[in-house]
Amino acid sequence: MLANYFPILIFIGIGLFVGVAFIGIGLALAPNRPDDQKLSPYECGFEAFEDARSKFDVRFYLVAILFIIFDLEIAFLFPWAIVLDEVGLFGFWAMVLFLGVLVIGFIYEWMNGALEWD
Amino acid sequence: MVDWLHNWLFSTFDFFPEWVLVFTWTLWKIIAIVAPLMVAVAYFTYAERKLIGYMQDRVGPNRVGPKGWLQPIADAVKLMFKEIIIPSKSNKYLFLGAPLLSIGPALAAWAVMPFTDTLVLANIDASLLFVLALTSMGVYGIIIAGWASNSKYAFLGAMRSAAQIISYEIAMGFALVGVLMVAGSLNLREIVLAQAGGFWHWYWLPLFPLFVVYFISGVAETNRAPFDVAEGESEIVAGFHVEYSGMTFAVFFLAEYANMILIAALTTLLFLGGWQPLFDFAPFTIIPAFFWFAGKTACVAFLFLWFRATFPRYRYDQIMRLGWKILIPVTLVWIAVIGIVRFYTPFGFMG
Repeated sequence: MLANYFPILIFIGIGLFVGVAFIGIGLALAPNRPDDQKLSPYECGFEAFEDARSKFDVRFYLVAILFIIFDLEIAFLFPWAIVLDEVGLFGFWAMVLFLGVLVIGFIYEWMNGALEWD
Repeated sequence: MVDWLHNWLFSTFDFFPEWVLVFTWTLWKIIAIVAPLMVAVAYFTYAERKLIGYMQDRVGPNRVGPKGWLQPIADAVKLMFKEIIIPSKSNKYLFLGAPLLSIGPALAAWAVMPFTDTLVLANIDASLLFVLALTSMGVYGIIIAGWASNSKYAFLGAMRSAAQIISYEIAMGFALVGVLMVAGSLNLREIVLAQAGGFWHWYWLPLFPLFVVYFISGVAETNRAPFDVAEGESEIVAGFHVEYSGMTFAVFFLAEYANMILIAALTTLLFLGGWQPLFDFAPFTIIPAFFWFAGKTACVAFLFLWFRATFPRYRYDQIMRLGWKILIPVTLVWIAVIGIVRFYTPFGFMG
């Protein structure tokens, strides 16, 4: 059983190795002549002003929080969908109830404008 | 052929301990997947430039080699000799680590891909879950790249990109739940086997809305046109990889194209019957299963290029509206429809 997962582990290693190898080739073959201007952050020809790690829109956080809720929901749905045959009607309606509660929450977010970008 | 090689390796080198042989054998199989994949990615970029060229009534690359066939190789060689710039204000280790986090998952997801009924490297039960987990890892590469660059354009591009990817991942996940409800298995091979018997048995027909949602989400997940605001040249130059040059950029580029082929392959497996022939009788069943899989994947991959040549770019608020207000409700409704058809109509499991 676990033996089936062994090739995957090696595959992930190979995937990372491909990236390391490419960057390694680049570092080895390419010229390296840094200067101050070249190494400064790209800003369309201006001198960089203020820090790039500035404040940003709170909506990105909001999207991330909503994502966690819905992704968890999907994580619950996955095993349920597979054993749908065995859990039968009771299981189906239990999940409809659960989804219904989340849909009410979703509608609430929508009405509150959490999904608006302006 | 595969069996013959296996026997040859294990009988010729039987003086090695067994784990060395198993390891070597697995390594060779992985290389047999990764090497053709890399060639496919390289020529996918060539196909893109050629196709968009023809769609815009020009020829595309035609100078390097016959009809431009050596163009991808020339591009690769050029990028190898380009200086890798590490900006002075960046976090160096994260800056160099981010491309790895992009390419690693994009390649590793192929470990569980069933190319034909028997040709699969790791036939695990939770293969779809594994693919979903790995494709979600890609967003780390993007957000770390944007943050580590310490540049405003990169940072804004990464924020946009990450928010877009996670939004569409929900729609994608719900679409997958629909497939699971019908197929009753997380194993990609079994999902394909459940679609046997001609193209009207494939899931694109009973799950048509989910098929459309899944593919649109796939395009958005890979940050491709018309959802490519993250790298919109006219606004934020190149988005999260603006500070990357040379091979570090090439790795991001490879990851993006490998992800596109991955999404195309997954669409094929989940909705277009994987390696199953179009019809279940004679002239169609003669074509080997692998060619059906590869051909369908190529057709779906072609759609990515067609979209890029055809559609104007979405505005960012339009992208988020499409994801949250259209695709997610559609999938939720269709999951309910599948459940009701399953339990309250004589059709039982559709397809």
